[in-house]
Amino acid sequence: MRTLLTGNEAIARGAYEYGVKVATAYPGTPSTEILENIAKCSEIHSQWSPNEKVALEVGLGAAIAGARVLVAMKHVGVNVAADPLFTAAYTGVRGGLVLVSTDDPGMHSSQNEQDNRHYAPFAKIPMLEPADSQQAKDMVGLALEISETFDTPVLLRLTTRVSHSRSLVNLGEPGERAVKPYQKDVAKYVMLPAYGRQRRLFIAERDKRLQAFAENTPVNRIEPGDQAFGIITSGISYLYAREAWPEATILHLGMTHPLPSQMIREFAGQVGRLFVVEELEPYLENQIKAMGLPVTGKQIFPAYGELSVTLVKERIAGALGRETAGREAEPRPFEAPGRPPVMCPGCPHRGLFYVLRQLKLTVTGDIGCYTLGALPPLAVLDTCICMGASISGALGMEKGNPGLARRLVAVIGDSTFLHSGITGLMDIVYNGGTATVIILDNGTTAMTGHQDHPGTGRTLTGQPAYKVDFVALAKSLGVKRVTEVDPFDLPKVKEVVSREIAVPEPSVIIARRPCALLVKTPESPVVVAGCNACKACLRLGCPALSFPEGAGSVEVNPALCTGCGVCTKVCKFGALRKAGEENA
Amino acid sequence: MKKMPNVTNILLVGVGGQGTILAGKILAQVGLAQGLDVKMSEIHGMAQRGGSVVTQVRMGEQVFSPLIEPGEADFLVAFEKLEAYRWAQMLRPAGTVIINDQRIDPLPVLVGAAVYPPDIVPALKARFSPVLLAPAQTLAGRAGSEKAANVVLMGMLAAGMTIPLTIWQEALAAVIPPKLLAINRRAFAAGLETFGN
Ligand code: SF4
Ligand code: SF4
Repeated sequence: MRTLLTGNEAIARGAYEYGVKVATAYPGTPSTEILENIAKCSEIHSQWSPNEKVALEVGLGAAIAGARVLVAMKHVGVNVAADPLFTAAYTGVRGGLVLVSTDDPGMHSSQNEQDNRHYAPFAKIPMLEPADSQQAKDMVGLALEISETFDTPVLLRLTTRVSHSRSLVNLGEPGERAVKPYQKDVAKYVMLPAYGRQRRLFIAERDKRLQAFAENTPVNRIEPGDQAFGIITSGISYLYAREAWPEATILHLGMTHPLPSQMIREFAGQVGRLFVVEELEPYLENQIKAMGLPVTGKQIFPAYGELSVTLVKERIAGALGRETAGREAEPRPFEAPGRPPVMCPGCPHRGLFYVLRQLKLTVTGDIGCYTLGALPPLAVLDTCICMGASISGALGMEKGNPGLARRLVAVIGDSTFLHSGITGLMDIVYNGGTATVIILDNGTTAMTGHQDHPGTGRTLTGQPAYKVDFVALAKSLGVKRVTEVDPFDLPKVKEVVSREIAVPEPSVIIARRPCALLVKTPESPVVVAGCNACKACLRLGCPALSFPEGAGSVEVNPALCTGCGVCTKVCKFGALRKAGEENA
Repeated sequence: MKKMPNVTNILLVGVGGQGTILAGKILAQVGLAQGLDVKMSEIHGMAQRGGSVVTQVRMGEQVFSPLIEPGEADFLVAFEKLEAYRWAQMLRPAGTVIINDQRIDPLPVLVGAAVYPPDIVPALKARFSPVLLAPAQTLAGRAGSEKAANVVLMGMLAAGMTIPLTIWQEALAAVIPPKLLAINRRAFAAGLETFGN
């Protein structure tokens, strides 16, 4: 049977067909749906871990115990998991272990566009790169096989366009989910320096065997054609190159570490000019150049953003001095105003951010929906770096510039706090910081589509679980001042924040309200009467509030308004009222 | 630029949360039912929070790239008027535009930092033909649920394409959950009838 699957669904299907027994991840676009789909298969233990490092460690443990394992994360998640990854390369595995990294060229939903292919040579593990969903599924099987044959974790690297594009996949029957018998093996799994040195030699020898494998694996293949020039490519770039140059000779690499150098040399000998078509860094190009082969790559292609069929067509044609029928961009009568993403109507973060802005505070931000608070009109964040950096960054700002201390807050979501905010908070207490940390607890991992975490009391598969107590947790780290507030109660929020920033000791405020998208029965929309046209409420940036030209009054869109009431507390004239309180 | 032979490119654009992905799935099913190769590309993550989103569907004997190149879309289905204008440069010169007559103000317009362009439909009509406009929300509401506006738009698209209606009907049945199928069939018919088929 053939069916249309996204790359992520195909990875999940691969896990099902190729005997994966344990699957772990922390959600992150564009990787999230991999585990969401694996979770539908009851034969596989699937779980959200609090962060990617834990996810990989759980995965490695399961592989050492003898099970086949898949661990998934977005590109920046691999940075978090890099510590276990680099040593897993030494220990190797018992059951196969595949690490799926989904990179995000063009930064559709990420803070950077690092090229994770570099992790493969850096950590000394083999890497596969699928171009479409069929390959994504097949490569889960191949990766597990390589992992077990060569005793190594395997990196399976996708990009957004592979993860989130649907193409046809042949479905197969699920194989056995057998667990290999466990045996203690100290020299292999206890990485004391003496054992580590032995394993380092093993890696050197494993690299050689993998190199030979790369020369012969069918996922590296030459598609013959016109030999005036040749293209070496991998991943989604293969599809762009194939479409742009239907007659060209192409070396399509499915395994991109180690590279099949013999094959590449032979290919170079068959064609005239040699091009490398790859997104982001000159990863293939630099290695091919190091073989002494002349090749054109980043000289004509950008080392950032995404490629496209048009780009591949035009740049290669240009380098060959060939004509292309380039299209003139048609002049447009007017520019379309932008449509940036916004926090939802009724989002619990909005009112809190409004208060922080009123108080003119310095705000270190973090990763989640609330990062959108950096955009106008709220424009409240000063920084956003990586998961957890709001808290540790606030401590650094205070130490670096003590003048900031009494107007500094860190804002972080519940899921992000559990991911990597706890250690930062511990550091604030330990090293005498005084910043105020605001945990925006909306009871979910909202941005990636509402995943559970240890603070929601539910697991990936919907099982009840212990719900982390944020108050007790903060107190146990040594924070004496912990306050809970309802972020819809603006006067209270203002009072608490003003009080806590003034105190020269660590404090935590937990602003608790469920994500607006999880509230199934929103309240009636607010009503407007007697608007003074001051437009103060528009500074909330709620999509349900507008001030149409010439209207003379603010308008509420009843289809969007959730009746959260935040705007009613912002209006000084009482013109916005909750339904039923019109005459209050 | 040389176009891949016999590939039909359809761009579905709208505002995060409007249901472009479901419409794309119906369309992809229409391609599969004709025995064609199909690729579809979608957007997840941050843009879904009320941002501009695009779902792309390509069908033909063999399709490589999942993405449509600028100037190569045969059909543009816009779930919102401003998005029709934003993405119009993706259409080929004789491309068909299908628009839901709905205006959703982006935040810069809501807060008065930008103006919602008043002349979108005339500007599109000056460059493309046909430009089909209908109030998909209202039609869907009459069919039983405003949420089926995306299926009304598929009905409008079906009127502009030359694919047997039985194939569309099968695709609806394959993608829509059974208990919503009747409403969606009515929504589809409403879209189709708007253009006199
Ligand atoms: S999804 Fe939830 S947390 Fe994210 S912007 Fe919407 S209401 Fe806020
Ligand atoms: S209009 Fe006011 S009450 Fe309605 S969602 Fe927006 S802020 Fe909340």
